[in-house]
Amino acid sequence: MISKNENSVEISMEKNIKVKKKISKSMLNEWKWGYIMILPTFIGLMALNIIPAIQTLILSFEKAGSFGKSTWVGLDNYKKLFQDPAIIQATYNTFKYTILSVPCIVVLSLIVAVLLNQKIKGTSVYRTIFFLPMVAAPAAIAMIWKWLFNSEYGLINYFLAMIGIAGPNWLSDPNVALISVVIVGVWSAVGYNMVLFLAGLQEIPKDYYEAANIDGATPLRQFFSITIPLVSPTMFFVVVTNFIGSFQVFDTIFMLTDPNNPAFKNTQSLVYLFYRSSFVLNDRGYGSAIVMFLLAIIMVITAIQLKCQKKWVNY
Amino acid sequence: MKKLNNSRRNLLIHVVLIMGAAIMILPFVWMLLTSVKTLGESVQVPPKIFPDIFQWGNYPAVMKVLPFASFYVNTILMMAGRVIGSVLFSAMAAYACARLNFPGKNIFFGLVLFQMMIPGQIFIIPQFLIVQKLGLLNTVSALIVPGVVSAFGTFLLRQFFMGLPKDLEEAAKLDGCTIWQTFYKIMLPLSRSGLIALGIFTALFAFKDLMWPLIVNMSIDKMTLSSGLASLQGQFSTNYPQLMAGSLLGIWPMLLIFIIFQKRFISGIATSGGKL
Repeated sequence: MISKNENSVEISMEKNIKVKKKISKSMLNEWKWGYIMILPTFIGLMALNIIPAIQTLILSFEKAGSFGKSTWVGLDNYKKLFQDPAIIQATYNTFKYTILSVPCIVVLSLIVAVLLNQKIKGTSVYRTIFFLPMVAAPAAIAMIWKWLFNSEYGLINYFLAMIGIAGPNWLSDPNVALISVVIVGVWSAVGYNMVLFLAGLQEIPKDYYEAANIDGATPLRQFFSITIPLVSPTMFFVVVTNFIGSFQVFDTIFMLTDPNNPAFKNTQSLVYLFYRSSFVLNDRGYGSAIVMFLLAIIMVITAIQLKCQKKWVNY
Repeated sequence: MKKLNNSRRNLLIHVVLIMGAAIMILPFVWMLLTSVKTLGESVQVPPKIFPDIFQWGNYPAVMKVLPFASFYVNTILMMAGRVIGSVLFSAMAAYACARLNFPGKNIFFGLVLFQMMIPGQIFIIPQFLIVQKLGLLNTVSALIVPGVVSAFGTFLLRQFFMGLPKDLEEAAKLDGCTIWQTFYKIMLPLSRSGLIALGIFTALFAFKDLMWPLIVNMSIDKMTLSSGLASLQGQFSTNYPQLMAGSLLGIWPMLLIFIIFQKRFISGIATSGGKL
């Protein structure tokens, strides 16, 4: 009897061990495949992003000399940065660009999206047209706008003259040039953000509007009481990403102005200065300091936005 | 009464949309019209809408100065390299993150999120130095390098995979499929729309990328359409008919592809852009 009992205990223990072994084997198999499958992305991220981010941080404390040798200069680059009038001006320009362009982009793309969300004919044609600037190369967009903005032969000043307004020198008047850049930026971005808003709008149940109609709410009232609150998560996303994108504005500025332009100082952005310092003037240490400064600004602004979202975003 | 109101409302919506659409499309129309004028016609005041004779010769003239054939080839290779790399590797990594358990998974995913949150300029100088060290400056490979893996793609596809039901995979497992087979034969076909969305997104932003091609490939025959067009300005300074002809040469392929596949394009952007 006793021996039989012992036997069965032994058997069950053996079974236990076997099961455990089996689990750990399949677990190990899962681990193995997990590592294999993340490997390319892991190596790529480490080599191209994680280590470079650290290197940029280190570079920002160095001065790159000739022959690729760099020397540690501590906070010199940052000291220079905060006293450099070009940086101060570029920071001001970047903020001004962002503050002017983001609200225009958000409002205009929301309006277009709301209109395209109505039951009307031809929505897909409109959608295609509004999205067109998004598929054009930024250099081409900048060139066509440069031509439209041309103060002597440009179409815009011609139209303005027709209604009796003397158009400005859009790209070379220091007071106007940044606004011209904003116009191009907004024009290029409306279609893309409209698509994002449209996706958000389509998730709002139609019943809400029907109920509001029965209650006699005006379309304007419906927009502010139903559409805006329910689309606020999308709007938050659009606002945050456009803020980040606007702080990184480069393409249009690179194409629309050049150092000979009298308005050059009033349009160059932080990323433009980063590009010039790092790759035209070959001062990589200073370029790195500029980009770390930009990172700090973007992080602070994004943190503020994340904090404020509770006040107006409905999830 | 209500019907009348409705149709008036729709008319108003159309008027607003047509005005907006005109603002979006007129610059392109003007680009086309200017590109077939003589220099003299382009600077006439008041502006001449149509040229007397369509100067199609502006196009070959631009193509003689800039190697557009190389631009097309370089751009296509760059887009293909980045799309294949990022879609394939992101799908693999995303599957591991969504369905497999292994130590360090969260750390890996943290790295993915870290990359996404940081402005891309942070990586550019060291990436340039890597490409330089490998002797890849002025090659097509240099154009592909920074896009060969994609943190954003990994994030996007992970979300996508997590939204798919697990039944099929479990059935496949019971039938004795290995993890790789389950991924390759079950998951990938199921997530076609997600993969296409990521592909479109990657291709579009590769096409529009300006700073990177500008930095790594300075020799003209290794430029992309985007950076090649930027150099156009230096070549023709204020000869706007030729500048416009060049710009159109640079953007028509993407415009055409977009107009043909606009539904796919826009839904792809809506699914991926919204998650960025």
